[in-house]
Amino acid sequence: MNWARVRTIVRTDLRQLFKSRDYWGPLIVLAFLFFVVIPGMALFSVTQVESNDFVAQLNNMLDTLPGSIQAGVVEGSPGARAAYVLAVYLLAPIAVVVPLTVSSAVGAHAIVGEREKGTGEFMAHAPVSIHEIYVGKLLASLIPGYLATIAGFAVYSLVANTLAGPLLGGWFFPTAGWWLLILWVLPPFLAVALAIIVWVSGRMKSTAASQQAASLVSLPVILLAYGVAGGVVVNPTRGALVIGAVAWTIAITALVAGAKAFDRERLLGFGG
Amino acid sequence: MTPAIEFQAVGRSFGDVVAVTDLTISVPAGSITVLLGPNGAGKTTTVRLTTGALRADTGTVRVHGLDPIADGEQVRRRCGVVPPKPAMYDRLSGWDNLAFAADLFGVSRAGIEEAAGRFGIAHALGQTVGGYSTGMRTRLALARAFLHDPDVLLLDEPTAGLDPESARAVLTLITELASTGRSILMCTHLLHEAEGIADQVALMVNGSVRALGAPRMLADRYIERPLVLLDAEDRTVFESIGERPEVRNTRWNGALEVELESLGALPDLVTSLVADGARLTRVEPQAGSLSDLYFEMQRVHGSDT
Repeated sequence: MNWARVRTIVRTDLRQLFKSRDYWGPLIVLAFLFFVVIPGMALFSVTQVESNDFVAQLNNMLDTLPGSIQAGVVEGSPGARAAYVLAVYLLAPIAVVVPLTVSSAVGAHAIVGEREKGTGEFMAHAPVSIHEIYVGKLLASLIPGYLATIAGFAVYSLVANTLAGPLLGGWFFPTAGWWLLILWVLPPFLAVALAIIVWVSGRMKSTAASQQAASLVSLPVILLAYGVAGGVVVNPTRGALVIGAVAWTIAITALVAGAKAFDRERLLGFGG
Repeated sequence: MTPAIEFQAVGRSFGDVVAVTDLTISVPAGSITVLLGPNGAGKTTTVRLTTGALRADTGTVRVHGLDPIADGEQVRRRCGVVPPKPAMYDRLSGWDNLAFAADLFGVSRAGIEEAAGRFGIAHALGQTVGGYSTGMRTRLALARAFLHDPDVLLLDEPTAGLDPESARAVLTLITELASTGRSILMCTHLLHEAEGIADQVALMVNGSVRALGAPRMLADRYIERPLVLLDAEDRTVFESIGERPEVRNTRWNGALEVELESLGALPDLVTSLVADGARLTRVEPQAGSLSDLYFEMQRVHGSDT
């Protein structure tokens, strides 16, 4: 594997992406909505409005949860407890939806896009191995999604700490569960989804068809990741570490299988 | 001497569609071989098989003795390809597109400027390729193909979309490159552009080569009756030319096209016309253009299956 050539492919793809306002414009809006607007409004409502129904509902919900989870919630007023639950538990799946959405949009275009533009022909004749192309395309799809998550995570931390921090005795976010989610659990889920999506992209006749198919095949992964994300942030124990390890194993298997199934002829629209 | 490119009984199908079958052709080093054939004849597949972009189902392909599948990187490093559609990354500048290719081929930035200058596109390297004309795109594609100074050039319709001036410049450059020892395989269905530059012509029909050789040799084989263009100050001297025994046929096409039994009959014909008082302004034996050759070969082999 020649990593300089992989970097060239990644850099060129990202450069194109950066110049595609029609692509990243809506995604920035999406990320802003999920990481700032929705959590900001929700946290504002529980922290700034005294004794509203939403706070009561969150506290009631918390009372029904197992004692081990309740023990993880900070003590304080109903507003503070509601803010903590909201910031730490209920908004966790946001961290899953955004990167998977961003990366699947890029990944769906990865191979079929080269073919549609005709640039796959040049790649097919270039002295670059098929595995270098595969890894390059995969990284170019993964990086925007993961970067969006890291940036969103940072902004979300700022929003959560600014709005709920005063009620909770200072900066409380990110919690251990969130670190675990972002650094250990989320990347393999992203990799699994992308392995499937890039595989699909190599087999579709058009970008539009690839995006449709990618949405369908990545949906189960998103739902699974959604559920796991909730569990990890609520209960960041050894079990969460194991979940991450299992996800990594599946991701590596999926990536190796994807690389083996990819050949040069896919760049030209053939192969089987 | 090892041929630059060698196909031995190569076959490749896509499902039920046979793209090339029993394809055997050898491109001598330092020569220009032109693949002629209608659309769908298998020319582009031949180019793709040469670099290993496609894998042959049967037969063997060698490029300077290397297998494009087993030694793919080495083969592709030695090949420069101009695909039929000069596709680029439209959102990037010309420079970025060439830099991408340069990084994959391990070429310095100075090489980018040199290649762009050679094809007259250096002035537009800062512009986004999406704003390029077809001609500019083709020039950029040519610069990209020549960037790493390949010794085998695979040119698939290299002048498509170019204005006549640019097309001629490209063809001149191709001839110059062949004279420096590079081996060139050029696909075209534009006969006039292969005229005069081909050392070897291969007629492809339905995925296989039906005729192969030097244009002169093929002309001798396929064009039995030579043509001569004649004209005179007073054209009435040609009124009875069709009655002469050495003349097979005549027709007006700007000048008088005379189909002779053989080229050896021409001196006698001219002497006879002059003796009859003709003041000839044009006597031009037609060597048999590539166009004539192509259609004659098509006539002979086109329906072969």
